[in-house]
Amino acid sequence: MPDIRWWRKKILLACTGLAGLVALAGLYSLYKVIGRALDDGQRDWWFIGSMLPRSDDRNMPPIRDILAEFNQPTREGGDPLWNLIFDGVLFTLREALVGFVLGVVTGMVIAILLMRFLTLEKGAMPYIIASQTVPLIAIAPIIVIWGRKNFDFLPWEWQDWMSVSLIAVYLTFFPITVNGLRGLQSPNPDSKELMDSYAAGWWQTLWKLRLPASLPFLFPALKIAALASIIGAIVGEISSGQSDGLGFLILDFFTKYSTAPERLYAAIIGAALLGLFAAAVISLAEFILNVHRRQVANAQT
Amino acid sequence: MTSPDMNPADVSIMQTPGQQSPNGFKSAAAKAVSKAASPWLLPLIFGVGGLLIWEFGLWATNPERFLLPRPSEIISVLSEDDRGVDNTIFESIFEASRTTGFIILSSLVVGVILGVAAALITTRFRATNEVITPLAVAMNATPIVALAPIFNNWLGLTSPRSNQAVVVLIVFFPVFINTARGLNTVDPNQIELMQSLASKPWTIIRRVRIPSALPFFFTALKLVSSLCVVAAIVAEYFGGSQSSLGSKIITYAGFTQYDAAWAAVLAGSIIGIVLYALASVAERLAMPWAHRSWNSP
Amino acid sequence: MTAERATDNPQVSEEGLQDSMDTLQDSMESRQHLLGSVAAQGVSKVFLPNSTSKVTALEDINLHISPGSFTTLIGPSGCGKSTLLRLVAGLIHPTQGVVQVNGKPADQARKDRDYGMAFQTASLFDWRTVRKNIELPLELMGWRRGARQQRAAEMLELVQLPEFADSYPSELSGGMQQRVAIARALAFKPTLLLMDEPFGALDEMTREHMQAELLHIWEETNTTIIFITHSIPEAVFLSTNVCVMTPRPGRISTQIEIDLGKRTDDTREREDFFASIVKVREALRSQEST
Repeated sequence: MPDIRWWRKKILLACTGLAGLVALAGLYSLYKVIGRALDDGQRDWWFIGSMLPRSDDRNMPPIRDILAEFNQPTREGGDPLWNLIFDGVLFTLREALVGFVLGVVTGMVIAILLMRFLTLEKGAMPYIIASQTVPLIAIAPIIVIWGRKNFDFLPWEWQDWMSVSLIAVYLTFFPITVNGLRGLQSPNPDSKELMDSYAAGWWQTLWKLRLPASLPFLFPALKIAALASIIGAIVGEISSGQSDGLGFLILDFFTKYSTAPERLYAAIIGAALLGLFAAAVISLAEFILNVHRRQVANAQT
Repeated sequence: MTSPDMNPADVSIMQTPGQQSPNGFKSAAAKAVSKAASPWLLPLIFGVGGLLIWEFGLWATNPERFLLPRPSEIISVLSEDDRGVDNTIFESIFEASRTTGFIILSSLVVGVILGVAAALITTRFRATNEVITPLAVAMNATPIVALAPIFNNWLGLTSPRSNQAVVVLIVFFPVFINTARGLNTVDPNQIELMQSLASKPWTIIRRVRIPSALPFFFTALKLVSSLCVVAAIVAEYFGGSQSSLGSKIITYAGFTQYDAAWAAVLAGSIIGIVLYALASVAERLAMPWAHRSWNSP
Repeated sequence: MTAERATDNPQVSEEGLQDSMDTLQDSMESRQHLLGSVAAQGVSKVFLPNSTSKVTALEDINLHISPGSFTTLIGPSGCGKSTLLRLVAGLIHPTQGVVQVNGKPADQARKDRDYGMAFQTASLFDWRTVRKNIELPLELMGWRRGARQQRAAEMLELVQLPEFADSYPSELSGGMQQRVAIARALAFKPTLLLMDEPFGALDEMTREHMQAELLHIWEETNTTIIFITHSIPEAVFLSTNVCVMTPRPGRISTQIEIDLGKRTDDTREREDFFASIVKVREALRSQEST
């Protein structure tokens, strides 16, 4: 019974989200219409162009053109754009996925260490928070060179995209550590005493009590982490000058904006879809693991 | 949770008996000093230790030094002349930090105001809540920084407005979503109490919903205080002022001046830390009843 | 009955492997009559002994609980009832004196899993079904799946909830949750059951029902029970022995034996039931005046 309600809620959410997107597209078109009227009336408003965009077809290509562009080849005889974007999404998804998995594992290990050693939590937590203010993403090129030079001991060949994944790890581990720690510390004293009364060891308590108790805290963090890994991958590609992936497409279409503005829009729509896809996958996992039964009252993420 | 007659000292149940009194032998004065210093002492030790390991670890192993410079090298590069400008690198980075810092701060303020306003409006009017909230959640699941190049074309390649627009969006969604969630996570008894006193909807929002939304709001504020630094620097990749941290980092990295690039990155980090600290202080001032949360310094 | 229980445990004891079979046999025989017994001798407990905020929670506690008895600890808030229970459980250690359970130190009894424990909150793990919650201690003791499932089914039968085996705790009422917690505490058939105000959060009707249920379980399993409560009628109705405690520092001021025979619903309306209540109430009163 609660399952049906959960599904209905999610489907309703998806429908209203979709309706909202349509409304957004409507607003975009409406703005263009008003903008054209203003242009025709030769009225110049100071905030058009500085606070709000000009509405000509170069700055704001019509939605119809953007959608049509998906089916156009980017060069003579080449694959249609959607094909290119799809490949880019897959490439970026691989980077993000590797970064996500490593980031979740790293984040959880750190959370467990912080939970185990109070001194570590008190001493290191400020630096873990501060680590997120370091825009490591900005020096992606340095990380890529560093990766090339320092991972030659691995049994496989180190590739540049793996360095981008490392940047994704850096962004991903943080929400997992913060929420994971809260979750690991969430069991009430009675539950801990119960495990003590069974003379359960530290690992048994971790495995049977703390980890399951942390799941409702972890899932909101997983959603943030998934997005963080995708952002890390895309921006890492842009910043390090990878020649594959969504980041490259965005950068490439940005430089060629004057000839085909629609393509940049299309690539960004691809990025948005990738983010939504990741969020949907995590929600599904949450459902399968039955975590939605146990909403934490105060999950503030 | 615990039975009422349990001694407060029973919290120490999880400890072994020997651990119960770490301060047992100290005088009252020493105890007062250690109490005041203790929240800072451990982080300080960890920080100094970390710096020493960074410095001497690299000094001892001597890896590709130019990629990850030692702290001392980052400091010494600050006084060198910046290539192509009539400045030291310190002056350049300071100037760039001011530019970027202004972009971040102004957008943070605008984004927070818009986010809170949107949350208040959607909470007040049920219909907007049900349409806009899912849309915002969806938008928040997309990589908004990817919009940076579009804003650049919209608002001018060299205008800081495009950078600001990106940061405003990055700030807006988490603040909006969290605040709205906080406004809606209220003890129904408190609402009923207010209704029994014939309070108007806005009174209920002001007296009950806003106070209970504060923790959610500040969680978001602390989150975006670090996010917005990264967002601003990435946005500066695509355009905006030439004297910004983002474009400085590109320039330095392009000329393989890695120690200068690191210095600029750390300058960004300092902006983020200051913002986070400000958010934490504001949180304490706004919620004196809840300042014992683990992550406030 | 008790002997049967001692061999009932399929878990291989680590100590048992190290000892020779002879000494094992010896110790088991010598401890046989102690199974289900609790003895505290000159026990005191001081929290933070070296600091200015030191608290003497318990002082000079002497307590002997014989196998198969039902002992209630009653007293005002802060009298150290919970502390005493946790000393018996081996979760904390006395500052002075010794606590023995089943003829061995309390901590050893904890490691040997000699007792089960129930709390004021049912403390069920909400990610486990009712059956899986009852199986938890058995999992920790390394039981095989088949044996676990069989025992869980037995226990659900005992607390009369067999049809809720696959429900989640959140789908159960407060009384049902507490019954599951008792089933969990008894799952490995310990000789001793420690209960820290288990019915404190229940409404009066459910509470009386649960009391009858607990007595039924007690008779059926012959387990020694130590039970904390704030309610005088509850203490009298349930126990063979009521320990009245005084606060600051916590002591046992009076021990009252209750002999009401087999309890039924009618017991609650009998003269001698009220007489016992008056006795306990006066014992609690008299310490207030001193």
